[in-house]
Amino acid sequence: MEPETAFSAIGEDLICIGRVTVFLQQFANALALGSVYALFAIGFTLIFGVLEIITLAHGTIFMVGAFAGLLAVTKLHLGLGPAILTAMLAAGTLGWVIDLVAVRPLRKRSFHHLAPMIATIGCATFITSIAQGLFGAEAYRFPFDFVPATSYTLGPVQLTLLQLIIIAISFAFMVIIIVLLHKTKWGKAVRAVAENRRTAALLGIPVDRVYQITSFTAGALGGAAGILTGINFNTIHAFMGGPMLHRGIAVVILGGMGDIRGALLGGLILGFSEIMSVAYISSDFRDAVSFGLLFLILLLKPAGIFGRTGERKV
Amino acid sequence: MLELADVSITYGHIQALKGISLEVREGEIVALIGANGAGKSTTLNAVSGLVPTTAGNIVYQGRSITGRAPHTIVREGIVQVPEGRAILTTLTVSDNLELGGFVRRDSEKDKDMDAVFARFPVLKEKAGEPAGILSGGEQQMLALGRALMARPKLLLLDEPSMGLAPLIVRDIFNIILEINKGGTAILLVEQNAKMALKISGRGYVIETGRIVLEDSAENLLHNPKVIAAYLGG
Repeated sequence: MEPETAFSAIGEDLICIGRVTVFLQQFANALALGSVYALFAIGFTLIFGVLEIITLAHGTIFMVGAFAGLLAVTKLHLGLGPAILTAMLAAGTLGWVIDLVAVRPLRKRSFHHLAPMIATIGCATFITSIAQGLFGAEAYRFPFDFVPATSYTLGPVQLTLLQLIIIAISFAFMVIIIVLLHKTKWGKAVRAVAENRRTAALLGIPVDRVYQITSFTAGALGGAAGILTGINFNTIHAFMGGPMLHRGIAVVILGGMGDIRGALLGGLILGFSEIMSVAYISSDFRDAVSFGLLFLILLLKPAGIFGRTGERKV
Repeated sequence: MLELADVSITYGHIQALKGISLEVREGEIVALIGANGAGKSTTLNAVSGLVPTTAGNIVYQGRSITGRAPHTIVREGIVQVPEGRAILTTLTVSDNLELGGFVRRDSEKDKDMDAVFARFPVLKEKAGEPAGILSGGEQQMLALGRALMARPKLLLLDEPSMGLAPLIVRDIFNIILEINKGGTAILLVEQNAKMALKISGRGYVIETGRIVLEDSAENLLHNPKVIAAYLGG
């Protein structure tokens, strides 16, 4: 073999290895992004599955979680763990309050399904306005080096500490939620209400309390997604909930309304398609590609990946 | 133990119950028979707190339970097995049973679940399976077993024979008798009036929201009007 051809062969190998490395790197990035989408969407799908409403305030809850986490860090000088807990507590409480003041009164009467949806839009607008009044329209940041910019090398892939934290926390919460729903008495009660609230009531399950627990839990998960996103992109502002809400709706439809496995898988798919379209096509087409994919999946499976008509599973 | 006094219920413009009065005493089986839409299920749902009463009073063990939330009525020991059995199909058989004991705080639930499995061995075989795969008869057994998990003092059974093959209906009625012998009072709603009256002590006949006849089950079985209208001539 001529030296030159041998050289170029090695060159091609290197390019090929380079491509694989880039792909693996994007894979890691997508996992971090997608796991936060999944975390956000699980709260959203939980509300839909149990309360049978689409809560358009979930994006606002996400934003409030991000701000609560930010304030916990900048004003109270808390570390990452306590800040996440603060974000979850604040967002969970907000979810519970929204249920109490906006959704519960409608539930007491026999309402049209659109009524609670409109009520949650009202809540979202109200809270976003307050946030804008308090914080203005500018973007806030976490203190420099709040999460040290350490990276770890796993084979060909570099993962930042932040990415590892995001992936670990998101998946931990998802596992916790699934275990709670399947292994605990109250978790099973939540699933019973999701399947049939009347049957649940006849078993002695306090349905209203299940709604409250679900609203709090869903809010807390949204808040966790909020602070993690705030740290990840290092920008927090009053309107950050809107785009997330759209993604959350897309993820939940993609996975199958009310299905937690669907929210998990849907979140990861959306994260992957966004990252990969930025890496391999163009960042201009990011939303076009990911929402195009959503269309495509819905054409093949109109009820979503895990969706079945007439039956829900939480 | 349970007394309905002049209970009326209105759905929109339709008056489903027009002043129902009936009584279930400790340890008895009482049949409530009548045609489709006469108000049998509505009566049970009124007791369970699923539908609001517009007039009248429901008294259980000397206290009014009118207008109380369904889950608090279960806590009192009144458990309904609704029409169509209302199995939670996405939950496993054992999860259904566990939720049957949701209101209990004692430590004997596992013991009771073993007793249910002993009574219905088929449920034990399928304990870990989603309840949706059970056959109609198995679902009725699960519904009864689930109700027993609450240790009810009064069972409200709505059409337990519905959609079941005759042989299985006989099994189910034998089980209902057994449960009653264990001390649980039963208010039994049935289209299958003959079977219902055979295992009951007393019975009521309901027509378009009114009780039109009340007697011992024995007498009702021989009442010409009942025979003509409900026992197939």
